Amino acid sequence: MLFFFVKLRFIKKKYINEMKNIVLFGKSIHKCIVIALFIICFVLKLPNLVLANNENHNHDAECLTEEIETEKGKFNAGDLIFDHILDSYDWHICTWKGKHISVNLPIIVFDEGELYSFSSKHLHHGHEYVTQNKHGDDVIFKIPNHGKFEGKVVRVGSDGALTRPFDISITKTVCGLFISCTLLVVIFLLVAKGYRQRGEKAPKGIQALIEPLVIYVRDEIAKPNIGKDYEKYLPYLLTVFFFIIFNNILGLIPFFPFGANITGNIAVTATLALFTFFITHLTGKRHYYKDIFNTPGVPWWLKFPLPLMPIVEVVGCFVKPVVLAIRLFANITAGHIVILGFVCLIFILGEMSAAAGGAVSVVSLLLAIFVDCLELLVAYIQAYVFTLLSSLYFGAAAKEEHEH
Amino acid sequence: MELITPDFGLLFWMTLAFGIVFFILAKFAFPVINDMLKKREEEINNALEKAERTHQEMEKLQADNELLLAQAREERDKILNEARQIHDKFIETAKNKANEEKERIIESAKETIENEKMAATTEIKNQIAGISIKVAEKIIKKQLESDKEQLDYINRILEDIENQNQK
Repeated sequence: MLFFFVKLRFIKKKYINEMKNIVLFGKSIHKCIVIALFIICFVLKLPNLVLANNENHNHDAECLTEEIETEKGKFNAGDLIFDHILDSYDWHICTWKGKHISVNLPIIVFDEGELYSFSSKHLHHGHEYVTQNKHGDDVIFKIPNHGKFEGKVVRVGSDGALTRPFDISITKTVCGLFISCTLLVVIFLLVAKGYRQRGEKAPKGIQALIEPLVIYVRDEIAKPNIGKDYEKYLPYLLTVFFFIIFNNILGLIPFFPFGANITGNIAVTATLALFTFFITHLTGKRHYYKDIFNTPGVPWWLKFPLPLMPIVEVVGCFVKPVVLAIRLFANITAGHIVILGFVCLIFILGEMSAAAGGAVSVVSLLLAIFVDCLELLVAYIQAYVFTLLSSLYFGAAAKEEHEH
Repeated sequence: MELITPDFGLLFWMTLAFGIVFFILAKFAFPVINDMLKKREEEINNALEKAERTHQEMEKLQADNELLLAQAREERDKILNEARQIHDKFIETAKNKANEEKERIIESAKETIENEKMAATTEIKNQIAGISIKVAEKIIKKQLESDKEQLDYINRILEDIENQNQK
């Protein structure tokens, strides 16, 4: 973010000069107002600029690769956006006067049965980290800038070959995940405590905030879709609902301990979908499996001799969680990209011409705010959809024979 | 490509973190919350039912009250009627008695008056007779100075007495 501060100062100076000219020549007062607005908006819009592009601008002294030198001083929206969307080994907070301010997260890798753990600061800008294994041999790790393992920790073999170790580093997403999980647990334990203390009295404070959602999940999602067994699945549905909505909303807050793109990460959504998948299939009653392999209401020749329907049903079982994972991931990622895109537009145009940047900033800003609001809605809707579909699958799994 | 390839380390941490969160919440938070919500709902339902019951009871009570009131009013009317009747009757009897008494008193007064009158008449008669006799004596003393007249007079008187007696 601080990178933007710097950039902002630079752009501001440019604009102020231009503004002076404009005022001096008295050519257009409107332009002047637009630029003033632009500057104000910059100050207001700073939260959205947190996702700084640290690669291109300020590494000149340190980064010697050609790739970066060619882009020196140029604004690259794609890099900025992907820097935010993707995972990384350190949590870049902002850039201030050319210096990065970031949290160096621990790298934890397993290789050849040994655990290596070190700070990611050793690997900045393509540096290699050299340590020793239990046999006393040198073990070299680095993060390559390009190639197959771009941006990932790899081990450099003695012959220069790169191998990917078993990597369970605490990355930015993992760190954000821990933070949001801790918050989630703390909040819900507080709410539970509130219930324990206040008993059957009316809810208060955070309890009152959570309660309508809990009741909503229970009465509008779990009960109608699962039926009488809903209580068995309710804790999972509630956990999933709050986990997703919580991470979605935290992902929209652009300041440091939040803003990690957690639900926009395919691994996270895949895990959630896998949980749903396993719960569905581990609690599935006989009737559920019977329906899969001997689908009722289908002509016999679709099942025998070629078991078409069973194949479709079985594939469906596996497609469902995949769709579940991709839907959530794609929605959240798309939202983040759109917001960032609108913000980047200002800088792209600003680089070409200060006036164009100024002019577009107002529109861009309004659109970004609009999309931000939309994302709040999406944060809720996606949590709802994920929970709803999970409950539908559970409902199918929990259905008894006679209920058909 | 990295965007859509799940990272193994992240899968691992996510499973762990979500598993722990799920475990803690499912064990310590949601049962309490759901139980309490259920209890509260029951409580509210009970309270509503109770309110409804109380309301009905109130209505019943009110109806009872009205009935009682109506009965009481009827009773009152009856009592009032009876009282009026008794009152009328009492007045009637009192009037009758008073009339009787009055008549009796009048009667006795009349009798007394009659008696008194009789007594007075008798006395007046007697006095008149006395006075008459005295007057007569004087008159007679003066008139009956001749014998003939005396005789005539005596005869006249006798005749009168005789007439009177014959009557």
